[in-house]
Amino acid sequence: MNKKQKKMLIRILAAAALMILMNFLPVRGLVRFLLYLVPYLIIGYDILIKAGKGIRNRQVFDENFLMAVATVGAMALAVYQDGDYTEAIAVMLFYQVGEWFQSYAVGRSRRNISELMDIRPDYANVEQDGSLVQVDPDEVEIGDIIFVQPGEKIPIDGVVVEGSSSLNTSALTGESVPRSTEPGEEVISGCINLTGVLKIRTTKEFGESTVSKILDLVENASSRKSKSEDFISKFARVYTPFVCYSALALAFLPPLVRMGLMGLPADLGDWVYRALTFLVISCPCALVVSIPLSFFAGIGGAGNAGVLVKGSNYLETLSQVKCVVFDKTGTLTQGVFEVNAVHHNKMEREKLLEYAALAESASSHPISKSLQKACGSPVDRSRVTDIQEISGNGVTACVDGHRVAAGNAKLMKRLQIEYRECHHTGTIIHMAIDGAYAGHIVISDMIKPHAKEAVEALRVSGVTRTVMLTGDTESVAGQVAAELGIDEVYSELLPEGKVEKVEELLERKEGKLAFVGDGINDAPVLSRADIGIAMGAMGSDAAIEAADVVLMDDDPLKIVKAVRISRKCLRIVHENIWFAIGIKAACLLLGALGIANMWLAVFADVGVMVLAVLNAVRALFVKKL
Amino acid sequence: MKKTYKIDVDCANCANKMEDAARKTNGVKNATVNFMTLKMSVEFEDGQDPKAVMQEVRANCKKVEDDCEVFL
Repeated sequence: MNKKQKKMLIRILAAAALMILMNFLPVRGLVRFLLYLVPYLIIGYDILIKAGKGIRNRQVFDENFLMAVATVGAMALAVYQDGDYTEAIAVMLFYQVGEWFQSYAVGRSRRNISELMDIRPDYANVEQDGSLVQVDPDEVEIGDIIFVQPGEKIPIDGVVVEGSSSLNTSALTGESVPRSTEPGEEVISGCINLTGVLKIRTTKEFGESTVSKILDLVENASSRKSKSEDFISKFARVYTPFVCYSALALAFLPPLVRMGLMGLPADLGDWVYRALTFLVISCPCALVVSIPLSFFAGIGGAGNAGVLVKGSNYLETLSQVKCVVFDKTGTLTQGVFEVNAVHHNKMEREKLLEYAALAESASSHPISKSLQKACGSPVDRSRVTDIQEISGNGVTACVDGHRVAAGNAKLMKRLQIEYRECHHTGTIIHMAIDGAYAGHIVISDMIKPHAKEAVEALRVSGVTRTVMLTGDTESVAGQVAAELGIDEVYSELLPEGKVEKVEELLERKEGKLAFVGDGINDAPVLSRADIGIAMGAMGSDAAIEAADVVLMDDDPLKIVKAVRISRKCLRIVHENIWFAIGIKAACLLLGALGIANMWLAVFADVGVMVLAVLNAVRALFVKKL
Repeated sequence: MKKTYKIDVDCANCANKMEDAARKTNGVKNATVNFMTLKMSVEFEDGQDPKAVMQEVRANCKKVEDDCEVFL
């Protein structure tokens, strides 16, 4: 609680206590009025002052004015009938309680969210004259060496020069398993160093580092307003004057009609009371505060789960997504070649792989790397002699005195060795040893572990169409799509082709379309889709710029999480809109009919706001989605 | 040119009113008030001096909502 809130709480308690006390005092007439005036002024003096200022500044229809008119009116009626003063005081009291609660809840969620996103590093350690000094990260230049102690945040993106450690990336990715790092590896600012001291050579300035970009993005996120928010601001602008004029009409038209046309007593007091009830319900606060609060909480919660949403409008669009278009490489597959299968003859699997790795050891091609990785142990190059690379075919070499040939079908034909076709898709490396066919190794891009689950889960959460775009060959694309259960596949596309395909899909107008890519080569597509989602964007600036939603790690399940978070948030928003407007409309009607008294009106105003705010805060909790 | 300022305001509707007031100020191309982060970002028209314009913005905001502050 801040100072203002504490002061308000004291005023609320004092006024409430006084009001209850007065009930037991046996006084009548003017004294009673004056006594009741004390708690009324304690609780409402600022409202009255603000209402006065509002009138001076020609801002008549604000909630201060309404509350002032309603309560002063109620007081006047009570004086006139020497009746119940508590009503006016209670209305003011509840109104203030509501305002207090709202400011407390908003303050709490502000703090919550800023704690969640507490990744801003305050300093960087640099060596000056042999000792470590803490400096402002802004002052560190590209190429400087910084030191990060265990327990500290890495302030600036860079490459580890010395030391190994494990890093807690949970603030960035929502992933709780620590990531290990070694010299030569890139590290990203915002991670917390857990175990060892790291010496890092910076590769970016602080302002360009991941952590600054993320903070910038999060801080500006809710400035892009959603349609729901625009609707509410417009609604509030119309709603308040509408209720005020209706109240005016309600106060004077029915009595005039009764007197003039029907010859009945005017009953002015009763109608004025009904009109005042109207005014109490008229404040649009429940809506106006709860809708932005829902979005703010939703974006904050998403950020904590490693899903960065660039604005409320994007969260809204994401919740309406019906069609998800995936880029294949790097999104559904790992984009790294791996040995997928070894079909060997007589030779053992390990032996065959070892020979292949040795024969290819001179090459720096990704395929050769994947062979060496599959082999496990580092290769001893001294075992290989006489390496000959036959461009476009493969290699021949002498390993441990055996003649080894490793390459594609063309190589086998060239050496006139009979080989067997493989039914697997991917890159096939045929192996021949001492002129005899020894089998083949299938190398392909691996599907990500959770890709199938993610596609399935998207369908469950209401996505009707999944599409995959790829530059890869038809056979590879078809196999991946079949394995993952993707509805439509378009293969052998150039980057421009992907844009065209997305435009075609957009023209079908089947709800909103999201494109998921890894940010490499697909920036134009990301910006063309209704919602561009970039995956694994840690460190990729282009993706952060072009995408509307950035997933901090490359697990496809994060796409599902993002969609679910947005759906939950928007469900809350709609609940609040309908709930608040519905209750208010009902109370207005009951008030006009004379059924609802001011107590009910205060509930309609304050109660609805409290409930709507509590509901809005729910959007923050996204862990279990 | 676009600049962001810290603000202080108590209620969400008041923030909306401040946004309206800021938008109507001369020299302001567009303005958004973010109640949740208590920030106002103002886009100025070309050739305007942000400092002078912001004084106006602040005065206009004070007019619609007495209890607000724009930190310049």
